[in-house]
Amino acid sequence: MEYALEMRKICKAFSGVRVLEDVTLKVKAGEVHALMGENGAGKSTLMKILMGIYKADRGEIYLGSNKVEVHNPKDAMGKGISMIHQELNTVMDMEVAENIFIGRELLKNDKLKLVDRARMREESARYLKKLEIDINPRALMRSLSIAQMQLVEIVKAISVNSKIIVMYEPTSAITDKEAVILFKQIEQLKKQGVAIIYISHKMNEIFRISDTITVLRDGQFIGSQPAGELDEDKLISMMVGRKITEIYPKDVAEIGDVILEVKDLSRGKRVHSANFQLKSGEVLGIAGLVGAGRSELAETIFGIVPKTAGDIFIRNKRVKIKNPSDAIGYRMALITEDRKRTGLNLAANVRENISLAALRNLANGGLIDRRKEKKAAEEYISKLKIKTSGADAMVSNLSGGNQQKVVLAKWLLNEPEIIIFDEPTRGIDVGAKRDIYRIINELAKQGKAIIVISSEMPEVMGISDRILVMCEGKITGELQRKEFTQERIMSYSSRKDGKKNE
Amino acid sequence: MNKTIGNNRFFNFKEFGILIAFFMLVAALMIISPNAFAQPRNLINILKQASINGILSCGMMFVIIAGGIDLSAGSTIALSGVAAAYFARLDRTPVLLPILVAVAVGGLVGAVNGAGVAYANLPPFIITLSTMTGVRGLALIVSGGSPIYGLAGSFEKLTNQFLLGVPALAVYFIIIALFSGFILVKTVFGRRVYAIGGSETTARVSGINVKKMKLAVYTICGCMAGIAGLLVASRTVQGSPTAGDGYEMDAIAAVVIGGISMSGGAGKWYGTIIGALLLAVISNGLDILGVSSNYQKIIKGVIIAVAVYLDLRGKAKQE
Repeated sequence: MEYALEMRKICKAFSGVRVLEDVTLKVKAGEVHALMGENGAGKSTLMKILMGIYKADRGEIYLGSNKVEVHNPKDAMGKGISMIHQELNTVMDMEVAENIFIGRELLKNDKLKLVDRARMREESARYLKKLEIDINPRALMRSLSIAQMQLVEIVKAISVNSKIIVMYEPTSAITDKEAVILFKQIEQLKKQGVAIIYISHKMNEIFRISDTITVLRDGQFIGSQPAGELDEDKLISMMVGRKITEIYPKDVAEIGDVILEVKDLSRGKRVHSANFQLKSGEVLGIAGLVGAGRSELAETIFGIVPKTAGDIFIRNKRVKIKNPSDAIGYRMALITEDRKRTGLNLAANVRENISLAALRNLANGGLIDRRKEKKAAEEYISKLKIKTSGADAMVSNLSGGNQQKVVLAKWLLNEPEIIIFDEPTRGIDVGAKRDIYRIINELAKQGKAIIVISSEMPEVMGISDRILVMCEGKITGELQRKEFTQERIMSYSSRKDGKKNE
Repeated sequence: MNKTIGNNRFFNFKEFGILIAFFMLVAALMIISPNAFAQPRNLINILKQASINGILSCGMMFVIIAGGIDLSAGSTIALSGVAAAYFARLDRTPVLLPILVAVAVGGLVGAVNGAGVAYANLPPFIITLSTMTGVRGLALIVSGGSPIYGLAGSFEKLTNQFLLGVPALAVYFIIIALFSGFILVKTVFGRRVYAIGGSETTARVSGINVKKMKLAVYTICGCMAGIAGLLVASRTVQGSPTAGDGYEMDAIAAVVIGGISMSGGAGKWYGTIIGALLLAVISNGLDILGVSSNYQKIIKGVIIAVAVYLDLRGKAKQE
């Protein structure tokens, strides 16, 4: 059997630390090959070797039956290997056709290097049509959605005759609806014999589109199997190397009094008269599709964006929350969805990030008590098991999971009573996810009132006592733990009438 | 006490590349020109030269760390200088009056900048470009287009004396530099300046009133420009509406050479001090070596580019 791509016995070490050890990857033409593993398993290093960004210490790469050496990304492209990055590389103020041909513009006149824009548009239109993508080649890149931009990247890959396309977390920034468009294109590519190496943390996606799954762990090849022969539990235990009987450990916490109550809360068109109660010790999940208004609800409660109507009660007292500072004053915390943009200060170190929201408590009359600050940071580093070289390490050097724990530490330092988690495990690996679930359990046991917004169905079902489902800005359903099923949540997520099911 | 030197202490000796460059330059000039450069009178002169830019740079540092820029600082020097001179013409008024007037005028310009950035959401470059032009015009109108002379001796004495054997200007500089460092490193306010420069949205979600912080930061910068304007007026014994032209660029240069990130959120307070001293030594050294001021401009430009390049390269290596 000949493979479109074979990476044989690849080894790579960085300053003496083994990152890849005899890793093998065999990808057939016309298949979607998922490459799985926790963060740090070696997936991205392997892909960077494939793209010629790193050079392997040992090992061989075969394209079909030809042994090749890839020197740099341009060289990779010439050999038919393209990569679509997590962060897109597009020029926003250029049109689609110009982006597709960037760096290899079609010319009218070779001497004068005059760009033949008309032909570039024609060619682009031809490729777009071939892939049945409905985008105008003359549209400005900026006017497209992120999913459409990704499709343009795919067209770019096809236009250079790529036989192998690496997709790195392609759905991390797009809505479910847009993901469907992407998956349809992937089907098209398969039909044309293109091999796709697909890297994603989203389990449901992996099982939906992949044909074969290869798992790496700690830089080693663990196994490669047809996707049909695996299920989520098997795959996770391959990835983390231990049997996980319970990925979502749910402890029973004592549920107490109502802490937070929201009455007819609205925010323009994004949130329509939301009503719910939250009790101490309770974990309230909020499920729904991306864009259903869940984050907006959290932002409104926390005072990031002002409400347009309705009331918020804390311990039966009506409160006015005009900004996050007020919310913090009422002992609330919000772990936001986008940790790099709204959770962390990447220019600062771990200690400064942890102390940011609690500086007043760590200071005497405006002067920071350095010793107290350091002690607090170190306490939370050990409590939450944050892997860092120290409190003064830059937070940008930490892995996603550990960065998330830093955000968590920042809020826990304020000893909040109401904690809202918005997509708390997005983009972090299985091990760190489990740590986060444990922390949520622990906090519930301490009597905190907790809201968890999550798009991952098993997650929200695994950790919640009760789930609210939102759709188009309205709360469309409420489920008690014993009533949880994916089907029920799905049906509420797509309801439009906004009636509560009692 | 732990022995490792932390990342954000008052001093951090891990980052002393710029300090080495400074001392090497001074040593080289001492050797090349022992009879001119190394003379105490010249060294004092350098300190004086560095002081006014240094004070302005301290204000600029606050704004840049907070993720902004202030192009109006040079014009503010003129307006506050003219205003101070206006109140310093009579011998009878206490010298405190022009001082307060200068600081207030500077602070007012800064507050306008801050309000524009924080509440009108104008890009810092744009609002301070507007005030740069507007304030210069105001200075010309207020002064009637020509310098205000006939200032009181007590006003002139502000800069024209020695305190404990050190030129008064340098003493003011040292005080303001230490004060700035203290605010930035030791206080909650200073930490928040870094936080809004590092990530404004994160700061806001963490309960920091970003708008108020920005207003404060630009006002501080304005006040320092006001002080610089006062000192320029005292030193030149006139309130000139054309004073301080281009000074904001020297201040930005000092901050940048000192390793403070133009994108905000990072940099050490003493970097600015060294940056200001370095610039003064360079221009003095080149003067003494007989390099024409036209060439000096080119050399300064190159130094700014190289300093930032080395800084970025150092950061890339860390990662």
